[in-house]
Amino acid sequence: MESTLLKLEQVNTHIDQFHILQNVDFEVKSGEVTVLLGRNGAGKTTTLRTIMGLNGATSGSIVFKGENITKLPPYEIAKKGIGYVPEDQGIFYDLTVEENFRVGMRKDDDGTKERMEWVLELFPDLKKFWRKPGGQLSGGQKQMLSIARAYVNDNDLLLIDEPSKGLAPVIVEKVIESIDKMKERTTVVLVEQNFYMASKLGDAFFILDDGITVHHGRMEQLIRDEELKRKYLGIA
Amino acid sequence: MELIINLAINGISTGMLIFLIAAGLTLIFGLMDVLNFAHGGIFAWGAYAGVWFFSLTQSFLLSILAAVVTGLLIGLVTEYLIIRPVYGNHIQQILITLGFMLVLSEMLKVVFGPDIKAAETPSYLSGSWTIGDVTIIKYRAFIIAVGFLVFIAMQLILKHSKIGLIVRAGVMDREMIQALGVNIRKVFVGVFMVGSALAALGGALFAPSSGVVYAEMGMEFGIFAFIVVIIGGMGSIPGSLIAALLVGISNVFMAYYLPILSMAVTMLIMFVVLIFKPQGLFSTSGVSNK
Ligand SMILES: Nc1ncnc2c1ncn2[C@@H]1O[C@H](COP(=O)(O)OP(=O)(O)O)[C@@H](O)[C@H]1O
Ligand SMILES: [Mg+2]
Repeated sequence: MESTLLKLEQVNTHIDQFHILQNVDFEVKSGEVTVLLGRNGAGKTTTLRTIMGLNGATSGSIVFKGENITKLPPYEIAKKGIGYVPEDQGIFYDLTVEENFRVGMRKDDDGTKERMEWVLELFPDLKKFWRKPGGQLSGGQKQMLSIARAYVNDNDLLLIDEPSKGLAPVIVEKVIESIDKMKERTTVVLVEQNFYMASKLGDAFFILDDGITVHHGRMEQLIRDEELKRKYLGIA
Repeated sequence: MELIINLAINGISTGMLIFLIAAGLTLIFGLMDVLNFAHGGIFAWGAYAGVWFFSLTQSFLLSILAAVVTGLLIGLVTEYLIIRPVYGNHIQQILITLGFMLVLSEMLKVVFGPDIKAAETPSYLSGSWTIGDVTIIKYRAFIIAVGFLVFIAMQLILKHSKIGLIVRAGVMDREMIQALGVNIRKVFVGVFMVGSALAALGGALFAPSSGVVYAEMGMEFGIFAFIVVIIGGMGSIPGSLIAALLVGISNVFMAYYLPILSMAVTMLIMFVVLIFKPQGLFSTSGVSNK
């Protein structure tokens, strides 16, 4: 029933002389949360950056909504409908919350207004600190701003890189709750080291190790597979 | 006392001219991480274009307009031919833009002749006002007013327009702004052209106040502008204004009292600022500062 929204086939990425991604295969179905797992340095961030065109793939193909986007520049890829929430959140510190939204807003139509209202209801803090510089927000608020900013555009896919990183457990709960609400409205690729978060949100999973796709399947399978979790995720 | 006020006005107007060069330079640096040592050359071209057009038309307004258009065009061509091939490589940028600076200077001599050219002040801006003991040269006041208006206009655009937001965001995080769907290269072409036009405007304003234009003026003012960008903080327009006024005023005073040390004082200001604020007075890059 679900159709393929994004597909990476045999993707290789080099950063300088280093061969980081090696024949990576990765697939995302519409309407699902696909979790990308793997140890530190496995290549998860590089995979997202390669999808966004921030690190160009040296070979292989990336197809989004049936269109080959492998060679497109980042801004074209974004305009095709992919929102990016980077590991460092990518908040413009000297811009206010409002300006952080506005600078990335591609349209000002009814759909955008509706999503804006919806997301501000989800993250009331952002409304509260509307005129505050992004740099003065707490870590959790920055994360919420980054996710909300990506969501507000007319995107079909959100790439979210380790949203739980550096956040207190209560805040992590809040982020889980909001992504859970968001997944009814959009497709998500979630990079996570926090297995609790991954298992709560994920429908499907991919595991990367040393730049290679080593496993993939449905989240329920992974939750039961102690061996796999121990081997690649270091979870006993 | 009159002397001090006169020197101060002189310094502020010199500072405003340096600001006009530095304003573009700082955005070019902050937004694209490009070191453009040819920027002063566009200042010189603006000055020559202004003088030439004034001699043709006798209209000061048209001569300013001609300088601005010259700046826009040289900016467009420079970005495409000189800057684009060397994005991301500082060493290549320094070499090619320094080389291009020399080309711009030599081309002035080829096109307009090797001699120093006289520049006239339009009659309605000649002369001075006398207030008590103080004599204010009209043309210097005019330069200060133009510089200040340019500063205000830039601030308004950067603070309130969408394109201004994009430029400020791009200075902070060039990758993220692209990941949000902005073609930053296209924005940069615009910034480069406007920056070049401001430098050319500075040149055209400078000519009547000095009375002469010469090919080497680009190099002289270009160096000042670079120092100002470093003192003010890369990417910061208010920083450039403050630093340009500081450098302009200190230079004029030193040139009067201790001419042999006037460049040394500018360097001293830069060193002192760098020791206490390595990012410059007004660093805009939110990350590095916190
Ligand atoms: N800019 C870079 N230069 C060199 N190596 C890099 C760079 N960025 C990432 N790497 C390397 O690529 C590998 C994958 O990194 P990354 O994608 O950030 O992993 P993850 O997000 O899974 O922790 C690591 O070995 C890392 O050291
Ligand atoms: Mg990572």
